Amino acid sequence: MTQAQLAQGQYPLLAVRDVSVLFGGIIALNGVSFDLHQGQILGLIGPNGAGKTTLFNCLSRLYQPSTGDILMEGQSILTRPPHRIAEIGIGRTFQNVALFPNLSVLDNVRVGTHARTNSDIFSDSLKLPWVRRGEAELNKRVHEIVSYLDLDDVAHTVVSGLPFGTQKRVELARALAADPKILLLDEPAGGLNHEEVYVLGDLIRRIRDERKVTILLVEHHMGLVMSIADHVVALNFGRKLAEGTPAAVQSDPDVIKAYLGSKDQ
Amino acid sequence: MSAVEDVVTEAPAVEAVPKRSMTLGYGTSLVVLAALILTPLFVKNFIIFQMTQILYFGLAVLALNILTGGSGQFSLGQSAFYAVGAYTSAILMEHVGMNYALTLPVAGAICFGFGFLFGQPALRLSGVYLALATFALAVAMPQLLKLGYFEHWTGGVQGLVVTKPDAPFGLPMSQDMWLYYFTLAITIAIYIFSVNLLKSRSGRAFMAIRDNEIAASAMGVDVALYKTLAFGVSAGITGVAGGLGAIAVQFVAPDSFTITLAIQLFLGMVVGGVGWLPGSIVGAAFIIFVPNIAEGISKGLSGAVFGVLLFLVIFLVPHGARQVAIVAQQLIGKLKKT
Repeated sequence: MTQAQLAQGQYPLLAVRDVSVLFGGIIALNGVSFDLHQGQILGLIGPNGAGKTTLFNCLSRLYQPSTGDILMEGQSILTRPPHRIAEIGIGRTFQNVALFPNLSVLDNVRVGTHARTNSDIFSDSLKLPWVRRGEAELNKRVHEIVSYLDLDDVAHTVVSGLPFGTQKRVELARALAADPKILLLDEPAGGLNHEEVYVLGDLIRRIRDERKVTILLVEHHMGLVMSIADHVVALNFGRKLAEGTPAAVQSDPDVIKAYLGSKDQ
Repeated sequence: MSAVEDVVTEAPAVEAVPKRSMTLGYGTSLVVLAALILTPLFVKNFIIFQMTQILYFGLAVLALNILTGGSGQFSLGQSAFYAVGAYTSAILMEHVGMNYALTLPVAGAICFGFGFLFGQPALRLSGVYLALATFALAVAMPQLLKLGYFEHWTGGVQGLVVTKPDAPFGLPMSQDMWLYYFTLAITIAIYIFSVNLLKSRSGRAFMAIRDNEIAASAMGVDVALYKTLAFGVSAGITGVAGGLGAIAVQFVAPDSFTITLAIQLFLGMVVGGVGWLPGSIVGAAFIIFVPNIAEGISKGLSGAVFGVLLFLVIFLVPHGARQVAIVAQQLIGKLKKT
């Protein structure tokens, strides 16, 4: 990023710069770069093993890239430990749903606000006035989000007993509770049926529009990506294969080859 | 057995109101409180002493419950924290001449620090490995207390004799009864603090770590910090329990704090229901009374009888006292409907 760009305030919300990840001798990601702009829904696609989840885990700081940098509003996130990613406005959901199974829906969403709240064990034990006020405010916010995602009926239910589709909504609610600028969705359509996928697509768009959240979507389900993404990045074998509008990426010969194989193979 | 299995599978439905999953309702709490306050007025001093024992052992079980039921970390080393608390109180009372009540916060603070520090290396371990590391702590503690180097303070193998406090302000009650009410007040206070803690942001962080560390971290929970804090809190409460124990028994000696004590506390937690705070008192009553009952049934085979009784409890109510409470709640609900 040049000084000129910085001065103009043009830098993207999230910039992935030449990121490579090596696991022993295996190159999981090889010099991947792309930008995520405010208000975008960016779809990250690619066949199995393309490096989508690896990239995702770099963004949530579970993996450390060997080279390259990831910048959030011009600041590198690579110096932050994993638990300090939520506070700069990056929220996420997990591929196979990673809720807190023994907690109620409300408590799951309450944990989502952890990065946006403060407390210490002594004030919490004594339930000091400021802790009470904080909890009251937090509850208002949590209830608003729970209603927004239509989870009122199950708000007090322990999440482990809920249907998979509902659990995915709880996960969304939990991620939204921290009021993220960027929401990373790891295969949100996985395990959902045809109808549920379309409802989900609408929901993701609604979240982007109504809550001003920028979305990075990793997805296998082509239909979903092509219908809601503004911008698509295709990966294969750790490299960026193509980037552009959904239509452009879909008709890219390299992408077609990666997904369907070519005649010469 | 099918009836029992039904209950177990139905349990999540009852827990649908999570407010009560950790605690008792107001009505039940008041009844229990009234029983705890009134009973000593009608029983002999020895029974009062045993009730005091239940309270401070209950506190130690509660402490373990916060650690295991709350943050999901195992510990077989609670006897070590208990010993540090007991010795801190005893030494401060006998060597420094401090008032017995004032020694308790000191014991709690020292144990909090000790637990917090022990939590640091324990961070790298989980499950059975953590249990083994804490086991090592429990095994080491009695020998450390016997070390000649500390003998001037600890009394070495002999231990220390502690003076039993009288009731203050010339209250007309026996030492045992005063100590019981003193212990009861502290137990209630710590119980309320613990309930507050588990229902707060910090408590939710503990439980989030217990359920899924990676997700907790993605939500901004500093996993290392909260795991060590859980150790600190648990050790601190155990330390206060140890201090109370030292005052009640009027004696501390290294061999009262062996691994057996740690296992008893663990047993108390399981019998009371892991993660259910009121169960701690039930668990404590179990570890104090059931060995006596077993001895009453057969003097020579008391250990075996105790084993059978324990086996029965675990076989019939694997979720401990919590499960009994849930069944009772359901029965009352049914009675109310008809």
